[in-house]
Amino acid sequence: MICAKDINERTPWQDLTPGGEIYEPGTARAFNTGAWRTHTPVFHPETCKHCMLCVPFCPDNAIPVKDGKRLDFNYMHCKGCGICENVCPFPAITMVSGGVAR
Amino acid sequence: MSNRLTGNEAVAYAMKQVNPDVMGAFPITPSTEIPEYFASYVANGEVNTEYVTVESEHSSMSVCLAAQAAGARSVCATSSCGLALMYELLYVAASCRLPVTLACVNRALSGPININNDHSDSMGARDTGWIQIYAENNQEAYDNFLMAMPIGETPSVRLPVMTCMDGFITSHAVENIDLLETDVVRKFIGEYNPENYLLKKENPLAVGPYDVSPYYMEHKVQEAEAMKAAKARILEVAAEFANISGRRYGLFEEYRMEDAQLALVLIGSSAGTAKAAVDKLREDGIKAGLVKIRVFRPFPGEELALALANTRAVAVMDKSEGFSANGGPLFAETRSALYDLKERPYLIDIVYGLGGRDIKVEDFEKVFGRLADIAVTGETGPVYTHMGQRSKEEIA
Ligand code: SF4
Ligand code: SF4
Repeated sequence: MICAKDINERTPWQDLTPGGEIYEPGTARAFNTGAWRTHTPVFHPETCKHCMLCVPFCPDNAIPVKDGKRLDFNYMHCKGCGICENVCPFPAITMVSGGVAR
Repeated sequence: MSNRLTGNEAVAYAMKQVNPDVMGAFPITPSTEIPEYFASYVANGEVNTEYVTVESEHSSMSVCLAAQAAGARSVCATSSCGLALMYELLYVAASCRLPVTLACVNRALSGPININNDHSDSMGARDTGWIQIYAENNQEAYDNFLMAMPIGETPSVRLPVMTCMDGFITSHAVENIDLLETDVVRKFIGEYNPENYLLKKENPLAVGPYDVSPYYMEHKVQEAEAMKAAKARILEVAAEFANISGRRYGLFEEYRMEDAQLALVLIGSSAGTAKAAVDKLREDGIKAGLVKIRVFRPFPGEELALALANTRAVAVMDKSEGFSANGGPLFAETRSALYDLKERPYLIDIVYGLGGRDIKVEDFEKVFGRLADIAVTGETGPVYTHMGQRSKEEIA
């Protein structure tokens, strides 16, 4: 089976997967999609209870977790969809308009 | 097992024998009866298909390709504007390499609005990456549908298949046809076993990615190669089908072509009428013949060139207008296929039968009359003409 890491811009057509199928999850990590953002979530660590609800909801793996604590956003991947703000039961995330956190 | 069925019933019955996992169902004339008959099979528990009623053909094709991506076998049926509404998804199904099976009941496209038969709907979809197989009659409509899955699902092919029949002429006329036993059909089509699919839990899969320019062209080459590979597979499946049914199919059917000097190339139900004309002319010693294209995608170019190599004059009969100002789509393909021959027959294009306009044996005799003149004089006259329309001057 061909893995995403084995595919690059020099791969001949014979070695690509049919229809561009990707046979593994999490390949979004390989792409920096943060530049598309028009809204930006801002993290308020003092209010965060580390319940981890936001983490699985983020479609872009933009909320890193370390030692059971959620860390600040990884803006290289955050597309600003606002799902995290919606699911956060505490006011630990607020959305601001614009592509950068102010 | 013999039975009297309409073309729509025959295809619905084939679907029942296949017992697909999913059907995306939306009615449109003249294919409406297919989901209608199938709905009764679902209601009576004769199949265990997930019958998904949707709000448009765009959605029915979406349902089908999503189901197919999930690892299910999916079918649907449509016509005319319904097929046109699916165009976007037809490309998606083909480029995601999802072998959906679609019964297309050919009908004219608007406007002006017309519900009768011609091939403008499926011809509009000819470059979407779908395999297209056309039927002359109810028997072929049934047989083609059964052959569709073993063709499209083959790993070297993995392309969706559209089986086409002429609206009202084939879809609604009752004919005696031979049906296969259901267990024979099941054995013939086998299980759908894609290597990877969305619901395979050992192996998560992403389908339909954003294909940036460094990859898109490679995927299109893959698709084009798959279409080329389909030709051999179509013949292989036809040979297997002959073993269970006794009925033989090729990429096209040659009728009295052994020594034919004048020939027609056409698609679909008009072939029956044209065969009657050929027989009549043969009685008078005229060497007439015809080639009925069965598989239009992939187009059997080399094979067709061989079949026509020894003719003097050929009329390609297009049952759709291409508005290319240079002839219809079948003509373009045929003329291009013949270009590599050292000695080519004279070739003309006749667009006929649009929006349900009838064609009779005498009309075909007239076409052969024109071919006979061309063969003798070497003058083709106007190469691209229409036939059957009221006109101040009669050409064909
Ligand atoms: S805004 Fe969307 S993409 Fe960004 S961190 Fe929140 S959920 Fe993830
Ligand atoms: S949902 Fe809110 S409180 Fe829970 S971890 Fe995320 S930011 Fe913190």
